[in-house]
Amino acid sequence: MGNLFSLITGRTIGQADGLHKGAGSEAHLKATALVQICQEDMNRLGIKEGDIVRIRSNAGQVEAPALKGDLPTGILFIPMGPTANELVETDTLGTGMPPFKGLRVEVERI
Amino acid sequence: MSAVFENVTCKFCGCLCDDIAVEVEDRRILKAKRACPNGLGMFLNYDPTLQSPLVEGKEVEWDEAVSAAADILSRADSPLIYGLSSTSSEAQRKAVELADRLGAIIDSTSSVCHFPTTLGFQMVGGAACTLGEVKARADLLIFWGCNPMEAHMRHFTRYSANAKGFLTPNGRRDRTVVVVDVRPTKTAKTADRFLQIEPGTDYEVLTSLRALIKGKDINEPVGGLPSEQIKELVQMMKTCRYGVAFFGMGLTMTAGRGYNVAEIFALGAELNQYTRFFAMPMRGHGNVAGADQVITWLSGYPAAVSFARGYPQFGPGEFTSVDVLARRETDAALIIASDPMAHFPRKAAEHLERIPAILMAPVTNCSSQVANVILPTACYGIDAPGTAYRMDNVPIRLRSVMQKVRPTDEEMLMRIMEAVKQ
Ligand code: SF4
Repeated sequence: MGNLFSLITGRTIGQADGLHKGAGSEAHLKATALVQICQEDMNRLGIKEGDIVRIRSNAGQVEAPALKGDLPTGILFIPMGPTANELVETDTLGTGMPPFKGLRVEVERI
Repeated sequence: MSAVFENVTCKFCGCLCDDIAVEVEDRRILKAKRACPNGLGMFLNYDPTLQSPLVEGKEVEWDEAVSAAADILSRADSPLIYGLSSTSSEAQRKAVELADRLGAIIDSTSSVCHFPTTLGFQMVGGAACTLGEVKARADLLIFWGCNPMEAHMRHFTRYSANAKGFLTPNGRRDRTVVVVDVRPTKTAKTADRFLQIEPGTDYEVLTSLRALIKGKDINEPVGGLPSEQIKELVQMMKTCRYGVAFFGMGLTMTAGRGYNVAEIFALGAELNQYTRFFAMPMRGHGNVAGADQVITWLSGYPAAVSFARGYPQFGPGEFTSVDVLARRETDAALIIASDPMAHFPRKAAEHLERIPAILMAPVTNCSSQVANVILPTACYGIDAPGTAYRMDNVPIRLRSVMQKVRPTDEEMLMRIMEAVKQ
């Protein structure tokens, strides 16, 4: 499978602004339910901006619209929030910290 | 009639900017001058009116809510007290006392942001400085795996890249800014040098820097960086007047976690053979550093502490919240000023739906949806005064800009403690 990616999650201004409107609010969900992927990977997988893609990890799977991101190839970025949380595993390797960055996921266009 | 309060502290993020001018009219905040969009959102969206506590979704009197909360906590075999990063240090102190009384596990949101920093610090120690010194002296700033342009938006202007200080009168022109990250973040775009490393190679790159500083030679690329670039960075670090490496979750959340942080702390300390150099974590929430401080004064450990045996035990991976919840090792939760339902991996958050939970917070959030008892408390820094620790561990006063009508977290914790005693 050539569709393995490393997922990083992180804060964005939109995500923080959504939090002020209330975690779980429309604004928060909208700002966090997206996945950024670089142009090269989009071309390779035949994904256009706005297409819904399915992302799968050992913990679960989500569907989210793809957005072009300024990223290296092989990397996906999802803002911290409910979408990302579906994918993040709970094995913390004795550190308390779940793998919020560098998680292996699979992507497919639907 | 509106009133303006000068030099108010914003407690949204670890910068704790204490220069905000807040305009208030009829107990509503109209303006928060100088606050960044993140801080502004906090000031403008908070509604300080008194709200009834809820038990099982029904509005009740405060006495009833307190006894419901006390009931849940006293019945539990292994209660978890979690959060604390947006409350005051006065309240944090009461939370530790309550944990001690209940034989509970106490853990802060540090657990899912800079807890690996604690682990790294415990391994190798570190050299620390304040943001005031950074502003006055630092001529080399390295931002490693952090993105202040989006997460700590006034860090640059108040303390670091653009700040004008005693030995840095020309601000940005007197400083060199280097960003190390796996992607070109907004912060990277403002840097003098951006070193884009391959994901998951922070440890290797940091170790190479340390090796070069110790006089070893490296002739192959590391983490995707040509060795010349790494050598050049070493040269910059050794020859600067005062350097600081700020780091964020790019180090704490990726493979290596605490070991990555140990490397950056060791690097900072070792550079003091040549110049003055420090490493500082970019702490996220306003008083998450305070949670580490307070829990440490009182128990000896900064987070992930269990009082189940009658004395404090420290257990990374054992008493850290995500582990405790994912393994279903707690049967009641007291969530203070945080939102684990929004931030935890689903498998951990799910357990919170199963067990009785109490939420003590000034605003409704995702965790409100699963809490059996909701205690809408005052917001420190808006309608209640208190103390918070900035990311450099300097305590800063949180002022209140209006008379409070809601109880504070500290008051609520004391009442719950009384009820638990009975
Ligand atoms: S940088 Fe942080 S503390 Fe300063 S105004 Fe923005 S959110 Fe508030």
